Amino acid sequence: MFFKAWEGFVPGKWSDDEVNVRDFIQRNYTPYEGDDGFLAGPTEATKKLWSEILELSEKERAAGGVLKADTSIVSTLTSHKPGYIDKDLEKIVGLQTDEPFKRALQPFGGIRMAEEALSMYGYQIDPGVKEIFTKYRKTHNDGVYDAYTPEMRRARTAHILTGLPDTYGRGRIVGDYRRVALYGVDYLIAQKQKDKLNLDGVMTPDKIRDREELSEQIKALSALKQMAASYGKDISAPAETAQQAVQALYFGYLGAVKDQNGAAMSIGRNSTFLDIYIERDIARGILTESEAQELIDQFVMKLRIVKFMRIKEYNELFSGDPTWVTESIGGMGVDGRTLVTKSSFRILHTLKNLGPAPEPNLTVLWSKRLPAGFKKFCAKTSIETSAIQYESDDLMRPEMGDDYCIACCVSCMRVGKDMQFFGARANLAKCLLYAINGGRDELAKDKKTGKPLQVSPMFAPVTGDGPLNYEEVVQKYEQMMGWLAGLYVNTLNLIHYMHDKYSYEALEMALHDTNVRRFFATGIAGLSCAVDSLSAIKYAKVYPVRNEDGLAVDFKIEGDYPKYGNNDDRVDEIAVWLVKTFMNMIKSHYTYRESVPTMSILTITSNVVYGKKTGNTPDGRRAGQPLAPGANPMHGRDSSGALASLESVAKLPYEYSRDGISNTFSVTPASLGRND
Amino acid sequence: MKGKIHSFETFGTVDGPGIRFVVFMQGCPMRCKYCHNPDTWPFSGGTEYSPEEVAVRVLKYRNYFAEGGGITVSGGEPMAQSLFVGELFSILKSKGIHTALDTSGVMFEADDVHVFDGLLSVTDLVLLDIKHIDDAEHKKLTGRSNKNILAFARYLAEISKPVWIRHVLVPGITDDDACLKRLKSFIDSLGNVQKVEVLPYHTMGRVKYQKLGIDYPLEGVQPPSAERVKNAKEILSVR
Repeated sequence: MFFKAWEGFVPGKWSDDEVNVRDFIQRNYTPYEGDDGFLAGPTEATKKLWSEILELSEKERAAGGVLKADTSIVSTLTSHKPGYIDKDLEKIVGLQTDEPFKRALQPFGGIRMAEEALSMYGYQIDPGVKEIFTKYRKTHNDGVYDAYTPEMRRARTAHILTGLPDTYGRGRIVGDYRRVALYGVDYLIAQKQKDKLNLDGVMTPDKIRDREELSEQIKALSALKQMAASYGKDISAPAETAQQAVQALYFGYLGAVKDQNGAAMSIGRNSTFLDIYIERDIARGILTESEAQELIDQFVMKLRIVKFMRIKEYNELFSGDPTWVTESIGGMGVDGRTLVTKSSFRILHTLKNLGPAPEPNLTVLWSKRLPAGFKKFCAKTSIETSAIQYESDDLMRPEMGDDYCIACCVSCMRVGKDMQFFGARANLAKCLLYAINGGRDELAKDKKTGKPLQVSPMFAPVTGDGPLNYEEVVQKYEQMMGWLAGLYVNTLNLIHYMHDKYSYEALEMALHDTNVRRFFATGIAGLSCAVDSLSAIKYAKVYPVRNEDGLAVDFKIEGDYPKYGNNDDRVDEIAVWLVKTFMNMIKSHYTYRESVPTMSILTITSNVVYGKKTGNTPDGRRAGQPLAPGANPMHGRDSSGALASLESVAKLPYEYSRDGISNTFSVTPASLGRND
Repeated sequence: MKGKIHSFETFGTVDGPGIRFVVFMQGCPMRCKYCHNPDTWPFSGGTEYSPEEVAVRVLKYRNYFAEGGGITVSGGEPMAQSLFVGELFSILKSKGIHTALDTSGVMFEADDVHVFDGLLSVTDLVLLDIKHIDDAEHKKLTGRSNKNILAFARYLAEISKPVWIRHVLVPGITDDDACLKRLKSFIDSLGNVQKVEVLPYHTMGRVKYQKLGIDYPLEGVQPPSAERVKNAKEILSVR
């Protein structure tokens, strides 16, 4: 098979009747080891378009956060007429609705959430839509609540499990949007049809579901073609030029955000892929550097204005209105060549051409072996814009190969080959209090009796007023974590079953291999608080202070104890033990659709909200005070300088927290030395 | 042998080349008005460590020292515990770690110059604070004469020990052009100075004085303007 659009490309497995974007990249990309001297500034069109967007942003702020919202048209790939910012200036077209900054109505995750989000900003949902989605069309949210057990509801109320994706889209699924550009939609449909034909034989429930999903995927691909056609673009065949490639890839992503209001809608690893098209056009003399930059600038501009209609609490939880359009950049290939290309520079250069912005979340896959010119450029851009995220390619590559991307902030998946069932965090600091109090919540009350809410089964609490005994607490903690891990996994099993059933990501999954590897991505919060608490119990004397119900609601600490974050093995070992123990407990349970369990330690801003729902802890932290973000030491307790703090975090075993470990670390330029 | 240590900083980036493990010794005979670590003054406080214990801590970070980093012992006044520091440096030097001594030089005695030879033989770099080139002004600022300090600088030149000179710039106290020029010609006379650093005075130490219940000696003095810092750097020919 060979398309005319592929002229000039080195053929291989990718062109030999197999969807294989990595193979295409490996055979065709040009590593770049030079500096940033070649980069071009923004074109006039880009500048004008961007100023129009800034104006809209200003209006949106003035309007209280939402400029316009659709209240009646349910968003699908083809629900809206084409929308433009300024049609004549746009090299890359496509908006979520028919107008820029108009937020779409996406009720499949839950009609109540959609309605509430609208009303918070002064809009009223169309009664017809509401009726359809309450009477005739069930949502993910309804499905989940039909099946929840009382225990799951209690855990949710008490916030020992927090952030369960039961009322909104789970997100974190990254389609391989490059496939749209490289193969064209018709070819992708044909492949999926073939896969569907092969799903024959005994019709088990699993196979029936797979067949139904494949049909949904094929329909979504057809709808994607229609969506592009409404903009006057034909994406049925492979892209012939760089402009077509960027456009087709963006359409793929646009389709995904029209279809899903996911908690994180990351875009993958695209700059080096696009570079192949750009370099081909430049070599052919049909594209200049300035035009190449214009394509990237305008592509990024579109990603910056991706918006979802969300409730205000959601924005509070994440300190902003994040969409997590993470684009992964650079890294090294497994053959030793760098995957940095000129377009890795070009996409980072958008931070200069358009000014810094949090989205798309430009993420450099960092390796010691990255070319010096690129490292310098990254450092320079970071200093000027503070808008680049870095992650260790050297850590992820051995397990994930060289065509993975980051979903959300740290979670890695091979593009188009892995997906994940993401959800929530188990609050391990609260779990420790449960161990001490026999599963009665230290803050939440039973509505009927007014007594502390019994969340877990009635395990034996720690009794007496003497100092807490480390062995006893650990034994009870293990028991409580065992209960929590089981409940957590089962709650997610149920949630993801319903999400697949009522809010299936048909387009995103159409841009994955049919035999996809699924991860079951759990998370923990409150690690350092739990670890310091255990350290306090072990090395100091911690006396429980009980209330009239006999609940330990406060703790008196006598003496000092080693604190996580000082590179002190005595306490860091507790952290390692805790991560391994909880992950092993997670692993011991059945996970939905044969998914591979993983765990993350990465609350980035939500630690504040989790802290609000957690009572006084044995480390001396007061009720309501924030937990530390991710795997960070507790605030102010890492007193031996940055390296000691980082070394403590670095001891946490990545194999047991494969979905990512985050450490929020701020430095002022002056603290990095006196010279540039 | 034990040393009295105030604290450790594992990610020192402003006290010597590269990334440095900084040991702050407890106790200092000087009372510089601009000192931002008054909590390191008394010789009575601190935690005791053996040189071996500290070396174990330092060596945990040797990977970070790859590009020119190492250990810096600061204070307090490290030369007040010179045997301890010498022992620590000697252990670390045997492991190939670069050693820097951040000192005021005030312990040096012009008529007995060999007292610190042991320590200096295991010191790769001296970060020497010259607080004021004028002796009278120096006394006002620190309570001590600068004679021994300048003698120490000359001795280091004599034994060709690499030195970075550091000068804290306090408006109205240490930023006088004429004095800066005198300082410059003194530095030029030495021949072993690899680098001169101008450190703009800052008020971040103020809270510590409050906590310790000591009156802040430079109340009302503002950090120098960027312009004055630039001026000082030009006079001292700092790149």
